[in-house]
Amino acid sequence: MPSLKDLKNRIGSVKNTRKITKAMQMVAAAKLRRAQEAAEAARPYAERMSAVMAGLTSAAAGSEGAPRLLAGTGSDQRHLLVVLTSERGLAGGFNSSIVKLARQQAETLAGEGKTVAIMTVGKKAREQLKREHGQRFVHHVDLSEVKRVGYDTARGIADEILDRFEGGDFDVATLFYSRFETVISQVPTARQIIPAVIEAGKDAGGASALYDYEPGEEAILAELLPRSVATQVFAALLENAASEQGARMTAMDNATRNAGDMIDRLTTVYNRSRQAAITKELIEIISGAEAL
Amino acid sequence: MADTMQFDLVSPERNLVSVPAREVRLPGIDGDLTAMPGHAATIVTLRPGLVTVVDGQGTATEFAVTGGFAEITGDSVSLLAERGHARADITQDIYNEMMRDARRAKQAAEARRGTAGEEFVAAAAKMLGDMEALGTHVGLDPNQSTVPD
Repeated sequence: MPSLKDLKNRIGSVKNTRKITKAMQMVAAAKLRRAQEAAEAARPYAERMSAVMAGLTSAAAGSEGAPRLLAGTGSDQRHLLVVLTSERGLAGGFNSSIVKLARQQAETLAGEGKTVAIMTVGKKAREQLKREHGQRFVHHVDLSEVKRVGYDTARGIADEILDRFEGGDFDVATLFYSRFETVISQVPTARQIIPAVIEAGKDAGGASALYDYEPGEEAILAELLPRSVATQVFAALLENAASEQGARMTAMDNATRNAGDMIDRLTTVYNRSRQAAITKELIEIISGAEAL
Repeated sequence: MADTMQFDLVSPERNLVSVPAREVRLPGIDGDLTAMPGHAATIVTLRPGLVTVVDGQGTATEFAVTGGFAEITGDSVSLLAERGHARADITQDIYNEMMRDARRAKQAAEARRGTAGEEFVAAAAKMLGDMEALGTHVGLDPNQSTVPD
């Protein structure tokens, strides 16, 4: 049986924890709104880009001499997994679910006898993958200095990926990130970026025929493909930022509620013990008086 | 035929400008061109330079872009640029940053001369040249930015 003083201290400490988690929840809510706005603002560019790409790629995909970023290297033996996570924890299952997906993929590919290289973005992916897949790490991008994810960050990552592709380090690159669906639901997603996946369904065939291209279609495509990689990395980073804050908000909301429950429970125990102590003292006094 | 068309300047981070325009003069990679309402649908890549947008009243507004591409249809021009600034907003600092990026790109191209080919280096050099020309044109000094290490 803990003493009354211990209980009181315990209640005090849980109350402090609740204050912290509550504050973190509110900070996450504010950041989430900003992250969602950023994702919203970036959408027009990404949409136009993919519409133009869809038109160009459907024409070029079948042709001879299509760029390697589109057609691939003709092999799928070497894979690069780009795992995007955050720098900070305390965001529920956000980081672990991305890492879990990446780990499964790495194991499946390795099981098929393929070469797997891993590039990590954000501290958490590195920490969680280090033990099992440390020997597969080829590069790490540190985001701790980045206050707000900008296009420059994405371009840095994309350039790194493209350099390795040009250097012949891998055949297929896949991004792992968390897609933001709602505040309470974030879906870990794998998305192949090299070779480019042609998005079907957008009336691409009809639109492409109507455009004149200056310079030629191939020159534009060669120019656009690297940009498209950067755009996709940027979109993934933004989705990730929103997901992280969403996950943190939910996690901290739960933590705040749990702390509240715990305080209630402890307070009940505390009150009971206090009453028991009083009753005990009374009994002692009364039985003392009776004995006289 | 409508006498204006929609002009959008879009950067990866946000929509920068969205206005009606009577004509848009673009720095195409193979030479300047002007788009007016009813222009044939075209997609054109841009070199660094100034984009001039003339609105319905005939007032011209200029924007500096660092390349990208434009999608022209009969009733709209959408310009997708990695960086775009109104001419009035460009400071020496912003310009220095653009120059630094261009210089860095050229250095990277030269370092990969062997694998990427001479054409690639020439393209990067041309890009830097265009960027210098842009600076001189708007009255900024292209030599202030230092080459990064």
